[in-house]
Amino acid sequence: MIKRIGLSLIAPAIAVAFAVGVASLALVLVDVNPFYAFGLMWDFATTSTSVASIINRAIPLYVSAIAVALGFKMGLFNIGVEGQYLVAALFAAWIGAQFTIWGPLHTLIIILIAAGVGAAWAGIAGYLKITRGVNEVVSTIMLNFIGFSVIGFVLGQIIIGGDSLIQSTPLLPESAMIPGLNWIFTLLGFSEPRGTELQGFLIIAIILGIAYRFLVWKTRFGFELRASGMNPTAARMSGVNPKRMVLYTMLLSGGAAGLVGLSTMLGKLGAFTQDFPRMYGFTGIAVALLGRNNAVGMALGALLFGFMDRSALILDLNDIPKEIVQIIQGVIVLAVVIAYEIVNRWLQNREVKAASDATKSFSEQAEEVAA
Amino acid sequence: MTEGDRAVELINITKTFPGVVANDDVNLSVGLAEIHAVVGENGAGKSTLMKILYGMQQPDSGDIRVRGEMTKLHTPKDAIAHGIGMVHQHFMLADNLTILENIILGSEPKKGVQIDSAFARARIKELGEQYGMPLDPDAKVEMLTIGERQRVEIMKVLYRGATILILDEPTAVLVPQEVDELFASLKELQAEGVTIIFISHKLDEVLAISDGITVMRGGKTVASTTPQDVNAQELAELMVGSELPTPETTASTVTDVVELSINGLSALHSDGRHAIEDVSFKIHRGEIVGIAGVEGNGQSELVDTIMGIREAVSGTVALHGSDISELPTKERRTSGIGIIPEDRHRQGLLLDSPLWENAMLGHQSVAPFANGLLVDRTAARELTEKVIERFDVRTPSADTHAVALSGGNQQKLIAGKEIFLEPGVLIAAHPTRGIDVGAQAAIWDELRDARKAGLAVLLISADLEELIGLSDRLLVIFDGKIVAELDPGEVTPKSLGSHMTGVSMEESA
Repeated sequence: MIKRIGLSLIAPAIAVAFAVGVASLALVLVDVNPFYAFGLMWDFATTSTSVASIINRAIPLYVSAIAVALGFKMGLFNIGVEGQYLVAALFAAWIGAQFTIWGPLHTLIIILIAAGVGAAWAGIAGYLKITRGVNEVVSTIMLNFIGFSVIGFVLGQIIIGGDSLIQSTPLLPESAMIPGLNWIFTLLGFSEPRGTELQGFLIIAIILGIAYRFLVWKTRFGFELRASGMNPTAARMSGVNPKRMVLYTMLLSGGAAGLVGLSTMLGKLGAFTQDFPRMYGFTGIAVALLGRNNAVGMALGALLFGFMDRSALILDLNDIPKEIVQIIQGVIVLAVVIAYEIVNRWLQNREVKAASDATKSFSEQAEEVAA
Repeated sequence: MTEGDRAVELINITKTFPGVVANDDVNLSVGLAEIHAVVGENGAGKSTLMKILYGMQQPDSGDIRVRGEMTKLHTPKDAIAHGIGMVHQHFMLADNLTILENIILGSEPKKGVQIDSAFARARIKELGEQYGMPLDPDAKVEMLTIGERQRVEIMKVLYRGATILILDEPTAVLVPQEVDELFASLKELQAEGVTIIFISHKLDEVLAISDGITVMRGGKTVASTTPQDVNAQELAELMVGSELPTPETTASTVTDVVELSINGLSALHSDGRHAIEDVSFKIHRGEIVGIAGVEGNGQSELVDTIMGIREAVSGTVALHGSDISELPTKERRTSGIGIIPEDRHRQGLLLDSPLWENAMLGHQSVAPFANGLLVDRTAARELTEKVIERFDVRTPSADTHAVALSGGNQQKLIAGKEIFLEPGVLIAAHPTRGIDVGAQAAIWDELRDARKAGLAVLLISADLEELIGLSDRLLVIFDGKIVAELDPGEVTPKSLGSHMTGVSMEESA
């Protein structure tokens, strides 16, 4: 078991090392000592404040990656997480601001609305695929643009809230917000982050990760999902209804996508604004690739991206081009895909050998019996 | 053995992979313009030997002589330069390109910076005439039949100047008429001086076409012989080191209880033609009913319709007397239809999944695999281990991924788990296609035992020996219709053949 975990870490380790190498080369080219730059990044990123900020950044990326991975597992490419989470966050914020009830229940209702809206938005693509055969890549991209327009229309024309400069939904009542987790730092004996609050949505993201892992690996549904992704014709022969599977998967993926924006909304902003953070949906695809759709892998990937985004700040302050971080991010994703392929082939060869050894030892036994 | 007339000699070739000796002191000698068969069970080392000859792998020791000349082949390019070409079992053609484009792909004749199509067209025409393989250079590959695609692959190799052809199981993918056509082409190539080395499992074909035969077993060459000196039985014996099992059903175990009843079943192709038309038959407890027919006459569609994957336009399917025509596939399976699908890679396996998940496939919603909405991994593993044990699936463990197993062992797992779970009815579509003789015998034995225990089997096969040997009754399918019911005890392959090709229909009509 430990050996297996070790093996599964080889590929990402190679990829990260390779990306750091490429970035070092780029740094040398602009006359910066790579050790100095990476030292700065590390020192800066290991303060309590930075750690909180890194995790805050990683939460939506992780949730987004789970949404993408759910699709990947059955061979569907939900490229529309971006639109799904923005539309979901808008409606959840808007409806959630209309009433005030007991705190946790209020939060729960907002979460359910967001999941429902995300699922519905992705469900359109699922419906189009099973009734009209529309490729989900095309339809989800289109739905992104439609979603952006819907947001612009609703924010600009229907809800007239916020101040005059930034269009926004009405502010959520305090009862809807999720309290922060900075006390964990003090509990563990670290200094408390300053100016940043570790977002309480972290707990929900962790639950989501566990639920994802459980669903995919422990349930019948998860098995049928994976079977459909690996071999649709075999899944069909085994009794899986492919159309129903497509629809369910899109609904699930969209439901998870709906939660992407909530950590920021319920932990910090308290509203959906015109400048609500974007791009989590697309970066989530990279994180899902990096983590190979694995619940733990994606968590590490999300943290890595969070770390790099955060440490880019310190590079900028020291006149080192912060684009170096983007180089690393891009190279890692490419390198990890390649490294996984290589390591997988290597593992597979080992297994083929083991299987043929098994055959051989059998025939040797047979010969001995015959002799 | 005079040196001058040898096209290829592999002398004392040894090739080890870490932990495995794939080729152990192997010798192969093929004369010029000879058709030479290399036979052996899966894993006997044939593929490795061919890869060495084609420069894809380097031997650890041993010599290669091509036309008497000592040669080192480092890459397939070297092999092609020496006039050696290989046609792989799975075709490597670009569907949306023309025949001409496929043939020149990778070695395009150039005129300046342009492709010299006129030259290529002339050369293809010339080769086609020389070797009796006329091809329309401008036809799209996607429109071609399997047999035609294979001809394109052979032409690709000839175009590159090969005079020594390696064919990896060329007949595995062909229907009987196409096999005849292929053999005619091979004879023509031979007459033009081309040397042909082919790998095969089908012993009667080997005996029919080859001039020389090399038998491999466990990485060694165990015999080098000719069709005149050996018969199929002896050849099979050389391959497996024991007697060839004869697929002969013993005393009848047929009962009166109808397990599966098909009544007036019809289904359509997507273009509206009938795929199957008014098919009716019954299978009883303890009975094996064989469906004979040239492939493509509705066999696959019949299976799909019984399984509920293809929609029936009329007719009913009844299992143990209750109508299941309206049930979805999953419920048909759980109510007692097992299936060995015709294409194990496409329909029967999750190659990148462990064996225990593969054993679960098709039974994921019933005990012991399912526990409520969850998967019971422990029970699934235990059951898989029992299947591995009972059906002699050779694998390191139940956690090994299916892709690592040989075809024979994959098939033993599929057949094994379906039989082990004791369905009332088993649909076995080409249960022993493309697997070695040992695994074939094992699966035949299991089918016979299951029949004795009361299983009703619908056997669909292209292997007449299998059909006749196992079946209690034979139905012949032609153009989607059941055209004859025969007693396997009285039928000869010849009489069956006339029903299968539809000749007898006109006579009796």
